[in-house]
Amino acid sequence: MKLTGAEIFIECLKREGVKTVFALPGGVVLKIFDTLYQQKDIEVILTRHEQGAGHMAEGYAKATGKAGVCLVTSGPGMTNVITALADAYMDSVPVVCFSGQVPTNLIGNDAFQEADNVGLSRPCTKYNFLVKDVNDLAATIKEAFYIATTGRPGPVLVDIPKDVSMAKAEFTYPNSVSIRGYNPTYDGNKWQIKQAAEAIMKAKKPILYVGGGVIFSGASQELLELAEMTQIPVDMTLMGLGAFPGEHLLSLGMLGMHGTYQANMAIHYSDLVIAIGARFDDRVTGKVSEFCPYAKVIHVDIDPTSIRKNIHVDIPIVGDCKTVLRELNQILRATVNGEQKDLRKPWWDQIREWQQAHPLTYHQEKDGPIKPQQVVKRLYELTKDRDPIVSTDVGQHQMWAAQYFKLAKPNRWLTSGGLGTMGFGFPAAMGAQAAFRDRLVLCIAGDGSVQMNMQEMATAVVSKLPVKIIILNNGFHGMVRQWQDLFYEGRYASSYLDTTPDFVKLADAYGAVGLRVKKVGDLDAVLKEALATDKPVIVDVPTYPYENCYPMIPAGGCNHEMILEDPPELKKKQSGAAKVTPEDKDTVLTA
Amino acid sequence: MEHIISVTVENKFGVLSRVAGLFSGRGFNIESLSVAPTLDPSMSQMTIVTSGDERIIEQIVKQLNKLIDVIKVVDLNETEFVSRETAIIKVHTKDADRAEALRIVDIFRANVIDSTPNTYTIEVSGDPKKIEAIINLLQPLGIKELIRTGRVAVAREPVRSTAIQAKKVARD
Repeated sequence: MKLTGAEIFIECLKREGVKTVFALPGGVVLKIFDTLYQQKDIEVILTRHEQGAGHMAEGYAKATGKAGVCLVTSGPGMTNVITALADAYMDSVPVVCFSGQVPTNLIGNDAFQEADNVGLSRPCTKYNFLVKDVNDLAATIKEAFYIATTGRPGPVLVDIPKDVSMAKAEFTYPNSVSIRGYNPTYDGNKWQIKQAAEAIMKAKKPILYVGGGVIFSGASQELLELAEMTQIPVDMTLMGLGAFPGEHLLSLGMLGMHGTYQANMAIHYSDLVIAIGARFDDRVTGKVSEFCPYAKVIHVDIDPTSIRKNIHVDIPIVGDCKTVLRELNQILRATVNGEQKDLRKPWWDQIREWQQAHPLTYHQEKDGPIKPQQVVKRLYELTKDRDPIVSTDVGQHQMWAAQYFKLAKPNRWLTSGGLGTMGFGFPAAMGAQAAFRDRLVLCIAGDGSVQMNMQEMATAVVSKLPVKIIILNNGFHGMVRQWQDLFYEGRYASSYLDTTPDFVKLADAYGAVGLRVKKVGDLDAVLKEALATDKPVIVDVPTYPYENCYPMIPAGGCNHEMILEDPPELKKKQSGAAKVTPEDKDTVLTA
Repeated sequence: MEHIISVTVENKFGVLSRVAGLFSGRGFNIESLSVAPTLDPSMSQMTIVTSGDERIIEQIVKQLNKLIDVIKVVDLNETEFVSRETAIIKVHTKDADRAEALRIVDIFRANVIDSTPNTYTIEVSGDPKKIEAIINLLQPLGIKELIRTGRVAVAREPVRSTAIQAKKVARD
């Protein structure tokens, strides 16, 4: 029997196990929406902006490990989703995005709502397709899911012209995919793995540096075994949080620009860096020429281009983290004995010393303004037993969340790392909530970031996605303000938001629940109230506006040269502002 | 250092822009790029002349390999190879210059492929040095138009004895 392109689209999605599509309609995709409307297997979540649809697909993918799917129309629908595709590309998130296109006979004619979707998305997708013939549609969708989810995952775009969605063809779904130019390497080179094992056995100051690749590969268990067996400390990247239990004794927390003191000191002074599924991003390495100067480097990554892109690698292993770690563990199990522990005792003594010298700190006065760290810390303590999924936007709040919310398991952490997309957190949390309706999903946001996709509150209410947004409201683009205080002599160029909406009223206007924490003593009670609500909630927490995020490695600085607290001149400047609440920010700024 | 990279790709629309986009997006140089279908019409062969230090060339090769439409990448600098380029040169020629132009054509084993009372159109093929040389000689006559194909290159077949190989290299 012949099916229309739209029907073929739905059949393909069902065969890929897709349950949810984040979508926003438009002229050229109406046939697809009309067909989706007449079936019950796939839920359509109508978003208020295509960027939201894209981030929801990302959140869904990060939480489930499966491809997230979004559907947008041609022209502006496509250009709006580009940010989410670029974000997914940077953070290796498997997303399959379907875009509508003007009918094939109009392509290139500057038709209404026409854009070169394939051209626009080429630099920010792993691959993209324009389907010109309905007979190719099924095979193309199969390839799209295959490419998005295998190797180093990433976003794939399938552009479907209107006439292709309406034309009919015989439906057959291919069982397998073979693309001659695409054969990801999963098994690491055995000789190299043996070399790595030998280096690990000999190292006096080894460190594991693990990233998002461990999570996508599902290698957390193998990582835990490796770390425990060899007693090697673990540094996690921002994307790698959750890959290793945050409260584990071997965990040193996050490394990089706002990483912990011990994590950065340990990687700087180590003699063996074992990088697994991480890509030596500039926010981790700081000054590349002086990154881990004393170390031999082992790098395990499925993407050969990641290896030796930024830094020299001594033992490169191209392969899937899980497969490689299994093999490595097998070798080590036979060779590890008590000697390594003795060998590394001085190293651990040193690390514990660092840990004690400069733990993460902040000072919360009992009746003073609310410190943002306190909010994250209490939120963590109140929710950790419920195994929540946590998303963040981008900025100071993101770094505090990364520092204080110690995730125990993978796929709980949704954050925009590579692209640093403000407005990511709320829709990403909704995507995760759509995948796990019964789970607790939190979104830690800033008052600047959250407004970038606030419109999705309508989606959350209508589609019953009871995400809890906790806004650390400091009235500033806080990270910008921090840099201005540290590097631009305190000139707050366009970082003060001057007026932010009343988030409580805003939540109310959307039909969600809005709560505000008026003083630090109310924090727990209000958070508990929010957590007990079964609707989407905004918790507006006005926080001390001048709190800075430390440790901090200035851009281009070395990992062992961290700023640990406000410089004296800044402290002096801010001492006058210590008692300020956001309501009278104006007076502070002129003072 | 200059490298010649031979890339076998799928022969379908959009592939050239993926390759070109990779080079521009990552700030790699392209000195020349030529592309045409292979014997198997489903594939095209690209010859890319680029430059960069060892680390950059390694990245170029890896990034090209990562492209899904790329089937095979060979950095020809890692082997022996032969390369050729063709140029078509339109030269102003009047009176006595016409004989001089023909002499130059003869010396370089080039061909006149079009002729008018005031111009010759000359086709020449060879390595870039040869092309440069003929251009330099024709320049005083007045070059009206010049078009070059960019280089194409192919790896030499391995020769059984290294001695023979050495000889061949020496002869070149």
